[in-house]
Amino acid sequence: MVNSQERLARTFMALVDPTRRAILAQLERRDGASISELAKPFTIRLPAVMKHLDVLAKAGLVTRSKSGRTVTVRLRAQPMREAMEWLRRYERFWSGSLDRLTSYAESKEAEARRKGR
Amino acid sequence: MTSLTLVRRIRARPQIVFDAVTTAEGIAHWWGPDAGPVLVAESDPRVGGRYRVRFLRMLDSTEYESSGEFLEIVPPERVVMSWRWKGGVPDPGESRVEITLKTVPEGTELTFVHSQLRDEEASRSHEEGWSGALDKLEAYLAAGTKVVGPTSHHQSEGR
Repeated sequence: MVNSQERLARTFMALVDPTRRAILAQLERRDGASISELAKPFTIRLPAVMKHLDVLAKAGLVTRSKSGRTVTVRLRAQPMREAMEWLRRYERFWSGSLDRLTSYAESKEAEARRKGR
Repeated sequence: MTSLTLVRRIRARPQIVFDAVTTAEGIAHWWGPDAGPVLVAESDPRVGGRYRVRFLRMLDSTEYESSGEFLEIVPPERVVMSWRWKGGVPDPGESRVEITLKTVPEGTELTFVHSQLRDEEASRSHEEGWSGALDKLEAYLAAGTKVVGPTSHHQSEGR
């Protein structure tokens, strides 16, 4: 089993490349696309697109299924969610802290006013 | 670089908020993600001075410690500090916390920015460009389809 740190690193690596992000963006707009459909907007050749799809599939960001001679590529959202979760950990930490900072400072302000300062 | 921005409006004057942010007594009252207590709070609020906070997180009953150095101190407006985990989590390296206080009619508007965030794995492998990917990932999820801007920030507003 791949640990979550490795998965995360793989997701980020897959997302670094602009062509791969564009492929994902295309897949977001439709439910599944063939490889030639995906290659259409790009100036690069089919084998290059295939290579990008390999990277995306390895990161778990897309799935490929074959039916006859057509390969259908679909988006898989789970790795994205995990990467977001990593960022949200920080948000939760600070959000909780700042809530407490707010109530503490407000009680200090009330105290200062009671003392007429 | 990935960063997190949070904004809070606080019904207290900037000087009170500033003291709450920089003094050991203040820090002991709020640092940490949940109601878990702060166990140790030390602070030497001057440029080059250090702080250290040890707290218990209720969620997993685990002690965490973060520490760093004050890089800029302008009372009662601005504090910049370096920030680093110690214990509890694998060391993801040093990041930067910037707190800016602005006077508003109800008291203070606090803008909090935690920047230069890196994940453990990436900082070990020194893979280039991945942190930009995080920003893009975020923009991707936020926008639904488009992945364009190199510096979209995680923003959430409170109060």
